[in-house]
Amino acid sequence: MSERISAAVVEKVARLARLALTPEEIERTTAQLAGMLEHFADIDALQLDEVEPMAQPYPLENVFRADLISPGLDRDEVLAAAPAAEDGRFRVPPIIGLDI
Amino acid sequence: MSALDGLPGDWQLVVGLEVHVELATVTKLFSASPNRFGDEPNTNIDPVTLGLPGALPVLNRQAVELGMRIGLALNCSVRRCTFHRKNYFYPDMPKAYQISQYDQPLNVDGFLALPDGTRIGIERAHLEEDTGKSTHFGGAGGRIHGSDYSLIDFNRAGVPLVEIVSRPDIRTAEQARQYVTELRGILLAIEASDAKMEEGSMRVDANVSVHKPGTPFGTRCEIKNVNSVRSIGRAIEYEARRQIDLLEAGDQVRQETRHWNETEGRTHTLRTKEDADDYRYFLEPDLVPLAPSPEWIAEVRDALPMLPAARRDRLAQATGAEPDSEAVMVVVDRAQDEYVLAVGAAGGDVARALVHVKEAWADSPSVPAADLAKLTTMEVGGKLTATQAKTVVAELIANGGGDPEAIAAAKGFEAMGADTLGPLVDQAILENAEAWGKFIAGEGKAMGALVGAVMKLSQGKADGKAVTAQLNVRRDEAASTHS
Amino acid sequence: MAGAIEIAARVRDGSVKSAEVIEQHLARIDAREPEIHAFNLVMADEARARAGAIDAMVAAGRDPGPLAGVPIALKDNMCTHGVPTTCSSKILEGWKPPYDATVVTRLAAAGAVIVGKTNLDEFAMGSSTENSAFGPTRNPHDTSRVPGGSSGGSAAAVAAGFASVGLGSDTGGSIRQPAALCGVVGVKPTYGYVSRYGLVAFASSLDQIGPLTTSVADAALLLDVIGGHDPMDSTSIPLAHPSLVDVIDQGVEGMRVGRITDLPEGADPDVLERTEQAFDALRAAGATIVDVQVPAFTFGLTAYYLIAPAEASSNLARYDGVRYGLRVVAPDTNAMYGLTRAAGFGDEVKRRIMLGTYALSAGYYDAYYGKALKVRRLIHDEFERAYQHADVLLTPASPSVAFPFGAKGDNPLAMYLCDVYTIPANLSGHPGMSVPFGTGTDDLPVGVQVLAGTLCEPHMFTAAAALERAAASEVRR
Repeated sequence: MSERISAAVVEKVARLARLALTPEEIERTTAQLAGMLEHFADIDALQLDEVEPMAQPYPLENVFRADLISPGLDRDEVLAAAPAAEDGRFRVPPIIGLDI
Repeated sequence: MSALDGLPGDWQLVVGLEVHVELATVTKLFSASPNRFGDEPNTNIDPVTLGLPGALPVLNRQAVELGMRIGLALNCSVRRCTFHRKNYFYPDMPKAYQISQYDQPLNVDGFLALPDGTRIGIERAHLEEDTGKSTHFGGAGGRIHGSDYSLIDFNRAGVPLVEIVSRPDIRTAEQARQYVTELRGILLAIEASDAKMEEGSMRVDANVSVHKPGTPFGTRCEIKNVNSVRSIGRAIEYEARRQIDLLEAGDQVRQETRHWNETEGRTHTLRTKEDADDYRYFLEPDLVPLAPSPEWIAEVRDALPMLPAARRDRLAQATGAEPDSEAVMVVVDRAQDEYVLAVGAAGGDVARALVHVKEAWADSPSVPAADLAKLTTMEVGGKLTATQAKTVVAELIANGGGDPEAIAAAKGFEAMGADTLGPLVDQAILENAEAWGKFIAGEGKAMGALVGAVMKLSQGKADGKAVTAQLNVRRDEAASTHS
Repeated sequence: MAGAIEIAARVRDGSVKSAEVIEQHLARIDAREPEIHAFNLVMADEARARAGAIDAMVAAGRDPGPLAGVPIALKDNMCTHGVPTTCSSKILEGWKPPYDATVVTRLAAAGAVIVGKTNLDEFAMGSSTENSAFGPTRNPHDTSRVPGGSSGGSAAAVAAGFASVGLGSDTGGSIRQPAALCGVVGVKPTYGYVSRYGLVAFASSLDQIGPLTTSVADAALLLDVIGGHDPMDSTSIPLAHPSLVDVIDQGVEGMRVGRITDLPEGADPDVLERTEQAFDALRAAGATIVDVQVPAFTFGLTAYYLIAPAEASSNLARYDGVRYGLRVVAPDTNAMYGLTRAAGFGDEVKRRIMLGTYALSAGYYDAYYGKALKVRRLIHDEFERAYQHADVLLTPASPSVAFPFGAKGDNPLAMYLCDVYTIPANLSGHPGMSVPFGTGTDDLPVGVQVLAGTLCEPHMFTAAAALERAAASEVRR
């Protein structure tokens, strides 16, 4: 797990995260992530096979709401805060190239 | 049967279906906005629906209950489960992740029985939230490719869905159609969804592959945008032939997602799996595990109504018809079976009632069961012919019920009992000696001419069954005389 | 007059006007805010109007509530209806939420007066408030130094007397560390104690809102108001919490105070000395000191810097330029996403999104995120065992006193080490608080951290109050 991370992997991660990073940023991020991952290798020494992962601190179960309507948001207020809106809807440029 | 049953060579089709159904809740899966189709755009929105910063999901108990109903109706085990985030960017996905269930779904390991008894395995049926809706403008008429811009409506975002994933147990396009039809019937019966394919509250994706028996399954393609029961069969047939053509030409099938174009009647590539999605699933930290208690599961199970298959069996048993006969299928599908049985309970003949109900009503029968019961009794007693009975039913419908006997009398449908019919049968035998000779010699076909003759003599008032019965009696008498 | 308890009592009995209290605080803001930059937004007009309304209630014989007229500074990652909420990020600049956070609703119902929205490290990611897109906040004790972070704005506002109390959010120490560096009390409650509804998420399974105050008693009062079950937050604990105001004077006689013998090294000598004196003070007040071990404590940093960025990478994906906030115009949606997010997020936020996306991505999940969740369990279980032997634990809150701007240079890891003592409580979900306990190098404040078991806030506050009394008597000596 301490193997260095490559710029190619960092580029792929940036695409997944939808961050248009410059080549300089990719280079710097690669170096920084590599440094961090090296530091984070400290947990590799731990014996964790028998340990259950813990995703949440407090063990709750079965938290529900009743199937009842309560007042929602005002469309005009919401659309006024949108970068672009038209006809009561949010406007976006053409949806292409989203499958990476 | 479908054209596909004649697959070229010894190719075998393998299909698994993923069906998304919108649940019939009042509000959304994780927030209190209305779950309602057809409202003005962006009127059913709240901080959770829009993925506003700081908004948090809270699970709708009724959605869970409907999800459990679906699982139990499909013979699944209902289990302790968790929610995951499926991360991907798309403008109609407000948080850029969908809350779904991943390795611990609500329902697992069930099956759905097709009308002929074939069991299609259900791998899982899990809860997840729906996306908003994008509409594309400019370019080539509303298509996403080449459009100038898109508008997003988030009314549908967060609507509760159950995704029902079958095992790859389906072997013909006809089975796929039956599966979807049967599933739809179950969903309606348990009132979990309105299951309208045309409105998108029931959506079908098909995983299609072909292989030769005894060899491993082939590479599968996922077919999307199959929006009617009819197009399910067409899309699967088209896709199977496309794959077979590729393989027989020595090419390979690429694993990909394909789009069914109903107008062109073909599928085309939507995206290949080479740039495989990396959804970065992880446990949704804003929600806690869902662990339905045994008591709750039992309560939901006990409250399930009788499902279509059981209703077909019940009706078949009562009427003597086959469970997958057209009349039984249609009448149960229209939820008219209770009425048919009520006719029986009122002393009528259920077999005749089944036929009348199937033919006379598209939905709920509009005549008191007792009236139809009386009619069927007259019919089997030979007091009315099938044709006359049909006329009386039409009259009953027009009047919202009534006394069939009075209607028959008013129409001049005198009772034609054995005493009236007998002389007519004798006359017909005399006038059709040749046909009679053939009939008693064992040529069953000859009976038609004799029955026709009796009908003609009776001016259509004779009951076909009664005539047949009398002719058989006469033949048997003739045979015993000869010996 | 700065204490919330005193202000509320006097506003409620009519002996002082809420308007006067607000004017005093606004005057201090006028005088020193240009130098400190604690706020992204000072809400002077709203505060005056609200104070007027509170005075009218009192005049009409109605009780405005337990925080009547108390000026409060709100970290700018809590949603306020119609008032900009930026998270100190360009991507949310100017965004006005169409709803209030639960804590904001509760503060209003209790009669508090919000005086402004305070600066933070962008999206609460940082330990110095240097990562704000709108410029850093300065430490009121020494303006050449950072106030800590990420709740540096709220800590500085309380320390400078701009507000009587403040709210921060703590994901890895973001309340306790700036509290220590600014010489105020800072509390991270048990996870689930305070509703997160309307708190802009950084790392959902770690985030908690908590008070920053000048006294332990004020922190108790504020937590009594904002704490408690909220049906809008599925992770909110559905239990009634005892009033903390009622328990803090109980004293520590017989209390078992734990010393973690295998605590990670790295704290400065001045901080360590003060921590030792804190043990002495509690022993002198009647507590017993016991040794406990938390061997996995030291792995908290790694677990945290895999889990928090992973959750953040998902939580911050919604800033896509579609529904609110910044949009960079582009020919297609995908390009718009990349350019908007590249322009809207600062370096540290991008770094953590990258790290988190990587830790969750196919092929790396098990090695990083999955393993980190197991380390988290280890840490939690070890703390649970420690709390069988000790009612509270004492550690430094921060390895050092306030450091100069730019001191951590361009090395993210150096900054991350600021949270080495605070992070484990976020991972385990246990409560922790920082209490000012004397000064260290250059007369700068030192904070001691009191940790306690799940929902053991009463113990934690009792011990903190004892430390506060000891610190006060030492100052008098």
